[in-house]
Amino acid sequence: MSSLVIHDLHVSIGEKPIVKGLTLTINSGEVHAIMGPNGTGKSTLSKAIAGHPDYTITGGDVLLDGVSILSQEADERARAGIFLAFQYPSEIPGVSIANFLRAAQQARMAEGEELDASAYYKRLYSKMDLLKIDRKFTSRSVNEGFSGGEKKRCEILQMAMLEPKFALMDETDSGLDIDALRIVADGVNTMRGPNLGVLLITHYQRLLDYIVPDHVHVMYDGRIVKSGDKSLALELEAKGYDWIKKELAATTA
Amino acid sequence: MSATTLTAPPSLVGSFTPEAFAAHLASLPPTLPAWWIARKRAAYARFAALPLPSRTDELWRFSSIGTLTLDGFTLPAAVTSVPHAPSGIPQAAKLVFANGRLFSRQPLSAELSARGVIVDTLQNALVQHETLVREHLLAQPPKLGSPKFAALHEAFLADGAFISVPRDVQLDLPIGIFAYALGATAAVFPHTLVVAGENARVSVVEYFGSGDDTEAQFAAGANDLYAGHGAQIAYIGKQSWSRRALSFQSNSTVVRRDARVQSLNLHLGGRQARHESLSQLAAPGAFSEMLALTVAETGQEFDQRTLQIHQAPNTKSDLLYKNALRGTAKTIFSGLIVVDPDAQKTDAYQSNRNLMLSDDAEACSLPGLEIQANDVRCTHGATSSRIDPEQEFYLQSRGIAKEAADELLTFGFFEEVLNRLVNDDLHEALRTLIQTKFKQ
Repeated sequence: MSSLVIHDLHVSIGEKPIVKGLTLTINSGEVHAIMGPNGTGKSTLSKAIAGHPDYTITGGDVLLDGVSILSQEADERARAGIFLAFQYPSEIPGVSIANFLRAAQQARMAEGEELDASAYYKRLYSKMDLLKIDRKFTSRSVNEGFSGGEKKRCEILQMAMLEPKFALMDETDSGLDIDALRIVADGVNTMRGPNLGVLLITHYQRLLDYIVPDHVHVMYDGRIVKSGDKSLALELEAKGYDWIKKELAATTA
Repeated sequence: MSATTLTAPPSLVGSFTPEAFAAHLASLPPTLPAWWIARKRAAYARFAALPLPSRTDELWRFSSIGTLTLDGFTLPAAVTSVPHAPSGIPQAAKLVFANGRLFSRQPLSAELSARGVIVDTLQNALVQHETLVREHLLAQPPKLGSPKFAALHEAFLADGAFISVPRDVQLDLPIGIFAYALGATAAVFPHTLVVAGENARVSVVEYFGSGDDTEAQFAAGANDLYAGHGAQIAYIGKQSWSRRALSFQSNSTVVRRDARVQSLNLHLGGRQARHESLSQLAAPGAFSEMLALTVAETGQEFDQRTLQIHQAPNTKSDLLYKNALRGTAKTIFSGLIVVDPDAQKTDAYQSNRNLMLSDDAEACSLPGLEIQANDVRCTHGATSSRIDPEQEFYLQSRGIAKEAADELLTFGFFEEVLNRLVNDDLHEALRTLIQTKFKQ
């Protein structure tokens, strides 16, 4: 059983504070959803945890199984078990999905140890079958010229291959039609289980119809301002974010 | 130390003295035709009279001039072994040259020989196929700034490869040519001449290599590619000389009606390596695709000069040169597209892309156009960029360390060029060669 503990985290971009003291614990087996209006720091939170160099941690800590990951490079964090599913995945011209994933697997092996190519392809194809992805996909350059749905499926495939302890899913539903959303959600649900913790970041409740969270948090102005179960998401959908803002104004007034 | 050695101008001939030239001539077989020997003598006279490139020479703009030297080299002796350089691909025939002499060969099949295909040494071809050789060997005057080195090449060219594919004959497998410089101060003058007859099809893979990376060698090589009516030539040059070698290589391509030439030069070796490439689109429908990939490391300067000349209407040329620069490497690209007045409907592209993997590397680009026709499509451009930090982060976020991520992105950068190759085996073999340099 693993845990990802975010403790009083403060994150800035340049001089500007974005995340302002966020605390949250995710245990393996749990699915947490963070909802909130645009510009509230949701994406910043996920990128900062993944180790994006543009984001400065100005306070607090992030612990994976009790060990702070903040001094680690992004690749070390990934190898330790953190996975970020990007809202806008980069296009990597000239690097095929097969070679990319191979390099990612190789990076997880000891120095001098060689990846067993046939076992790797066997595993890759079985994951692709599970996610209903055409095998021709592997020879395409990573995300280059992909539709929104293809990009997100590519993210899910990577997640399935890398088997992280914790997946941070940044606006995975953005830009997806309902069919693509269903395929992506099916993929996540297939991987859901006692060895995986998930942080779903989303603006809309729609995704949560397909990936049902154990916990729902509302983020506003860089903090979690309200937590509850899945019914909180429905309440938000019905009342809108203004409800949270008003409630917050009332308590701080 | 005397004052004269400090102030004396650099020798115009350096190690390539009249005595060395006389010894070279004496070493050639007596059967060679007189016109060839006369040409060599004339070439030596030009070489000895021409000055070395100077700082004010426009065709040497950005090049390091002070490091050019003709001193300290020797005309090397024959060797008894050559390094093992697996080509990674099956070949229809193979010629291996070491220090300017034929070392070994894998002959053509009897069937291809019977159909008139020739893969032989220049020394043999000068005797047996004299007319064809005389018509095409070094037939185009040097236009890209190196008349001195071209003359030196012609004067000291001892032996090289001659490939001729007659009308309507198409080879499935490439011809392999290997040229080795072996010995600490060896000077070599490799040459490959390819003549493809009407509707013939041939691919040639040429490899240039040294014994090891400490050898301070000198190479002045050239190749002539002639594609007759409707012919197709694919040429791949893999330059992997010693890291301390000084190299001048000159390519001349002539493309006739509806013919197509694709050339890809991979530049890996040398401390200072200049490559001049000339494509002449001589008749309607001609197409020349000029590709190059360079991996430049600290202590290396790659200097590429190109000329695409459109001499007839409805011709096409497409140049894509990509350089990856590491450490304090330096690259120079200077390209010119010339469209003659009656070459209407010309379609010409020229693109130089530099990937800067270090803040201390230097890439110079001089793209150019000279258009005298009014109904043409010409585009040219040069860019220098760094690794995109978002792409780098994306790869790192999958567990790939920064260095390996940059390497992967560089290979990705090169794939656009490698993907132009139709032969998958060649594509794979070249990719392996590039990756090997990166691992060093």
